[in-house]
Amino acid sequence: MNVAQQRLTTARRGARAGLEARLIGPGRLLLYAIALIAATLFMLPFLWTVGSSLKTSVEIRQFPPAMFPAVLRFQNYADIWHVVPLGTFFWNSAQVTLLAMVGQVCSATLVAYGFSRFRFPFRDTLFLLVISTILLPREVVLIPTFLIFKFLGWLDTLRPLIVPSFFGGGAFYIFLLRQFFLALPRELDEAAKIDGANSLQILLRILLPLARPALATTAIFSFLGHWNDFLEPLIYLNSPQNFTVALGLRYFQTLPNEAQEPREQLLMAASLVVTAPILIIFFAAQRYFVQGIVMSGIKG
Amino acid sequence: MATTPTQSVITRRRWLTPARREAFEGLLYISPWILGFLIFAAGPMIASLALSFTQYNILKPPTFIGLENYSVVFARDRLFYQSLTRTAYYAVAIVTVGVTGSLLLAVLLNQKLRGTVAFRTMFFVPSLTPIVASALLWGWIFHPELGLLNNGLALVGIKGPGWLTTTEWAIPSLVIMALWGGLGGGRMIIFLAGLQGVPQELYEAAAIDGAGVWARFRNVTLPMITPTIFFNLVLGIIGSFSVFTVAYVATQGGPARATYFYVYHIFNRGFADSDMGYASALAWVFFAILLFFTAVQFHLQRYWVYYESEERQ
Repeated sequence: MNVAQQRLTTARRGARAGLEARLIGPGRLLLYAIALIAATLFMLPFLWTVGSSLKTSVEIRQFPPAMFPAVLRFQNYADIWHVVPLGTFFWNSAQVTLLAMVGQVCSATLVAYGFSRFRFPFRDTLFLLVISTILLPREVVLIPTFLIFKFLGWLDTLRPLIVPSFFGGGAFYIFLLRQFFLALPRELDEAAKIDGANSLQILLRILLPLARPALATTAIFSFLGHWNDFLEPLIYLNSPQNFTVALGLRYFQTLPNEAQEPREQLLMAASLVVTAPILIIFFAAQRYFVQGIVMSGIKG
Repeated sequence: MATTPTQSVITRRRWLTPARREAFEGLLYISPWILGFLIFAAGPMIASLALSFTQYNILKPPTFIGLENYSVVFARDRLFYQSLTRTAYYAVAIVTVGVTGSLLLAVLLNQKLRGTVAFRTMFFVPSLTPIVASALLWGWIFHPELGLLNNGLALVGIKGPGWLTTTEWAIPSLVIMALWGGLGGGRMIIFLAGLQGVPQELYEAAAIDGAGVWARFRNVTLPMITPTIFFNLVLGIIGSFSVFTVAYVATQGGPARATYFYVYHIFNRGFADSDMGYASALAWVFFAILLFFTAVQFHLQRYWVYYESEERQ
């Protein structure tokens, strides 16, 4: 190494030391304080909700309110299933979410495979069109889509919430899976082709097993999206026995309260119960969540 | 038969070239999307444009009324302007505070503190809450007498306002609610990924030149993550203009239409009043506005967004 290079290396080492000296010090403590305050602010609403969900109908209206009641009334979590048909709501949501998830994963995989492994006229223009639909707000197509389902006689059924997922599966997931397929070497395809595999077999036997992370991410986000959806169930579903959990919560909120007994504590319990499946999935599959969001943020 | 079997096979093979076969297969694989695009995107868009020139209440066939819906929208519908301004107020607030806040949280998480994963989880989990559940939960937090917020403020001697029950604080309350679910969510994770993509050598070079923390942030970090900021801005604006569910569940558009957002107006006119023609016109105006903003942003990006692949000096 000549003198200039030696000086640069020394300077680099010094700079890195300077950067790392920041690991301890008052600035660092401040960062920890901010992080703790932020974490508290984010978690406090949950704590409050949990506490409220365990109160009796008398305690819930107590002033000043306590964070947690003296006696934890877990009975609330049993009661909510009787006050409204929460079990039915869960079953409806499960059907919609699982079927739509299957639809989206299968559909997006096929479409992404087509865009990533085949050449055909207008391919890139069409893909640009796919991307542009991500920017299309649902509200613009809401009314005609509603009319389509009305004329099909599918209103007040779960079908409008499930069927569209089988047609392309959502631009976002197509993008994600295509990125993933593009990164898999074509030699794998070619080797299989030499062995006599057709395109579908290549997809199913070679590419899919390697694409598990992307598929898991698609499945998870599809689940999340459908479980939490409110607007579409709102316009398609009329009878309470067909409601999904999101709509069911709202239904619970607006249920006439003949006994005039306070029920905020039940609403809080129901809110948590409805959120629970997502939290469970999150904690079970955390890295797929982060991975999926990261993959989506990297522009293709 | 006149043609020998060999001849017909040769003819077929000449026509179905490998390239043609590949094209057919490719199109076959993307056919679900093509169908879906026609049935659920392009078709409805054209249909809703056509509907916007009619009066249609489902019971009777649509009647053509030309531009009358649009003239009502722009000249006679006060709710159009009111809902638009309410939505713009909400959108500006949530996008500015939200994007900045998510970026700051991401920077915080990028500092390699102990327990970063735990912090990240605690920031992220609120974003998983269904909007309806979040609206109910926050409705209870915002309760003027019994809620967490006002009682917490009372502990430090502040008398909190009526939040969702007042016209001045209704939208800010919804903004707070949305920030809880939005600051630590996907947007923050995307920023985090963007931050981690900034090459260390740039920071080292800046440190050699004597740049302090803030200077490094302003001259290295910010420019390098402008693509991520752009991405979050575009999606953020589109998403925030579509606000509806929170208002429907938490405030029903009130009090006194304080939270009567644009999509609420579309929903009301289309599904409550069954005036589908008018609602379609509103929807198309909505689309045009969003398209305009998105186009402007895409056009402006050359002035402030830095893409690594372009810089060649």
